[in-house]
Amino acid sequence: MATKYTGDIEKTKSADMKKKLNVLIVDDDPLNLKIHERIIKMIGGISQTAKNGEEAVILHRNGGTSFDLILMDKEMPERDGVSTTKKLREMKVTSLIVGVTSLADHEEERRAFMEAGLNHCLAKPLTEAKIIPLINHLFDA
Amino acid sequence: MNAGIAQLQMQFRDYTISLYQQGFLDDQFTELKKLQDDGSPDFVAEVLSLFFEDCVKLIGNMARALDKSTGTVDFSQVGASVHQLKGSSSSVGAKRVKGLCVTFKEYCEAQNYEGCVRCLQQVDIEYKTLKTKLQDMFNLEKQIVQAGGVVPQVDID
Repeated sequence: MATKYTGDIEKTKSADMKKKLNVLIVDDDPLNLKIHERIIKMIGGISQTAKNGEEAVILHRNGGTSFDLILMDKEMPERDGVSTTKKLREMKVTSLIVGVTSLADHEEERRAFMEAGLNHCLAKPLTEAKIIPLINHLFDA
Repeated sequence: MNAGIAQLQMQFRDYTISLYQQGFLDDQFTELKKLQDDGSPDFVAEVLSLFFEDCVKLIGNMARALDKSTGTVDFSQVGASVHQLKGSSSSVGAKRVKGLCVTFKEYCEAQNYEGCVRCLQQVDIEYKTLKTKLQDMFNLEKQIVQAGGVVPQVDID
């Protein structure tokens, strides 16, 4: 059942089952992690963080982890966003994955990131105004 | 007492607007302020603290990479640090710092040593200036609260 989100984000599976949007934020920059965590909280979601792609993969490898949405930074040490997205899709992770890119990224780089298995891409800096319509769009699809 | 608070509030409003008009801050700073509420009253200060720590670290990296006494200048390392600083400054709305990073990156790509050194000096001055200005703004906020007033929302548009 599609749900329009305005203030609080709630993912509605059925009339009887509602839970907060569960988001994994993957970024090596503590500044971005803090801002993105706050945005997710402000829109009524809950979040967990991973400092790089390898941590994100390990989180999923250990099992029992499932997220509605993954915000994936592109440039990270140890394992970057492209490699992490490919790996998660190979692991049959079905979460919506949104890439977070820099405006300086070239079109080919952005395309390669999308082709790794993203559902969408957003340019930094992230804001509530960018995230809410995207979440509405992705969960309505 | 009320006249005092009103005067402080006007001072705060004018000062904040001037930071935008003089190009120190852009809309992203406004977005950051929207994320602060009674439940997280120090959010902006905490984010800015992380940003200024980033500035110190990254400018230090750039300075080391541009140090000719250690051997060849590593323009790719300088460029990587500039890229990171550009990202951080963009995230907090530090408009002038971000603008300088754009120019700095071009000098890195052109391997223009003198241009890079000039940009490094300017970035160092610029982030320190911003830090002082924001400290003054926070001090005004504190004075308003201590006087029993409410910090006004400032409409930049």
